[in-house]
Amino acid sequence: MKPRLTLATAGRVLRQVRADPRTIALLIVVPCVLIGLLAWVFSGTPVFDAIGAPLLGIFPFVVMFLVTSVATLRERTSGTLERLLTTPLGKADFLLGYALAFGALAIVQALVATGFAVWVCGLDPVGPTGLLVLVAVVDALLGTAFGLFVSAFARTEFQAVQFMPAFVLPQFLLCGLLVARDEMPTVLHWISNVLPLSYAVDAMTLVSTSADATGQVLGKVGIVLAFAIGALLLGSLTLRRRTA
Amino acid sequence: MDEPAVLVQDLCVVRGSRTVLPGLTVAVPRGQVVGLLGPSGGGKSTLLRAIVGVQIIESGTVTVLGEPAGSAGLRSRVGYVTQSPSVFADLTVTQNLRYFASLVGASSASIAEAITAVDLTSHADTRVGELSGGQHSRASLAAALVGSPELLVLDEPTVGLDPVLRRDLWELFHRLADAGTTLLVSSHVMDEATRCDRLLLLREGVILADDTPDGLLRRTGAADAEQAFLTLIEAEPAA
Ligand SMILES: Nc1ncnc2c1ncn2[C@@H]1O[C@H](COP(=O)(O)OP(=O)(O)OP(=O)(O)O)[C@@H](O)[C@H]1O
Ligand SMILES: [Mg+2]
Repeated sequence: MKPRLTLATAGRVLRQVRADPRTIALLIVVPCVLIGLLAWVFSGTPVFDAIGAPLLGIFPFVVMFLVTSVATLRERTSGTLERLLTTPLGKADFLLGYALAFGALAIVQALVATGFAVWVCGLDPVGPTGLLVLVAVVDALLGTAFGLFVSAFARTEFQAVQFMPAFVLPQFLLCGLLVARDEMPTVLHWISNVLPLSYAVDAMTLVSTSADATGQVLGKVGIVLAFAIGALLLGSLTLRRRTA
Repeated sequence: MDEPAVLVQDLCVVRGSRTVLPGLTVAVPRGQVVGLLGPSGGGKSTLLRAIVGVQIIESGTVTVLGEPAGSAGLRSRVGYVTQSPSVFADLTVTQNLRYFASLVGASSASIAEAITAVDLTSHADTRVGELSGGQHSRASLAAALVGSPELLVLDEPTVGLDPVLRRDLWELFHRLADAGTTLLVSSHVMDEATRCDRLLLLREGVILADDTPDGLLRRTGAADAEQAFLTLIEAEPAA
């Protein structure tokens, strides 16, 4: 791994994103619109306070997963990946460059979405608001890491987009948002224990319901980060310099 | 420096269910412009991919500049241009080259040089996605020129270019070769054959000829390269 090449790659990815203002707008605006819609739908009920924070963690995960898997698939099909792998750029530099670039976008996205939820929609977490941002950023990183990993298995854009429902929806069903995880059938509870989004939602729920759970929240955040790092490592194993 | 720039020995490559290269042996001498010609689907791109180390090979060895193809030490010494242009369409020509230059540790002066060499100065700040087809492939070529690699592997770099540009690029190739660079250039335009120092004719994974343009004409008694190739191809019917 060469930090100079990692940074050069992150800079290049950000420059590409900057050349596409519509994507930036979608990245920033869509989570806010969804949160606003949610608050509006449930106005006058306590539901928004219960699920607003967990969704604040789920939206960046989903959005970053999609954006990253499409972006890396584009590198693969356009031949730039094949070319890059003949240069001194290491596989880890490539993956970390993407993770850094999209991580930076995730910070902006999380700040805007959380600010919108708290100041515009009146989301009122019991715990510190800063923790909401932290969890949202880590969730977005998780989405990026999974997007990088999964794109190794997609040969076409159609397949990449299908990985969204295949990878994300099961986690969404099992993450504890629809039914509390300890009230699920035992087998499903076990499965939810090995899915990263469960810990992301746990962390968000803790922030929104208790004032002094910072230690616990950071523990969950650590687990989510570990999943993200694991996905990046698997990604570097599935990224092949030589292809058929 | 008598050792060849590229030495391919008994290279066997299978792609899908097809044996594309069934045991190919060939050498590319240093400091020359070597043309790789032959019918479509004959395995030109596959051979070039093996030389830059991105092709899974079945058996055989590929030695590039004294090291096994694809080894880490070669990656800043070998420049590769894929058959379809591989630069980032959403970046400008200069932004693309700046990134590729940073990967191989090239100076910013070499960026301007590369842009001039492919005659894209007037489009240096245009996004690659907004270039014409020929400009696009020249941008892709320029990205391989930064960092002045010792070996340039170019897969059909002149396809879709007008005669003036083609002539200019071939002059550039020879200037690079005179300065010591080895160039392996694939093409299917036969009139480009005469511009090479040496020719490889590859048909269905088999080298039919490995000669100088003059030697080839003498051996076949043909009037031009196109005729020489047709003579060779018809003399050895496909398997
Ligand atoms: N990705 C691939 N998977 C499986 N087979 C492939 C793949 N790419 C090429 N082939 C096969 O390998 C053979 C040689 O292809 P190659 O691209 O090396 O030919 P070529 O000489 O470069 O042709 P052209 O002049 O049209 O570029 C062809 O029969 C082709 O069908
Ligand atoms: Mg080809």
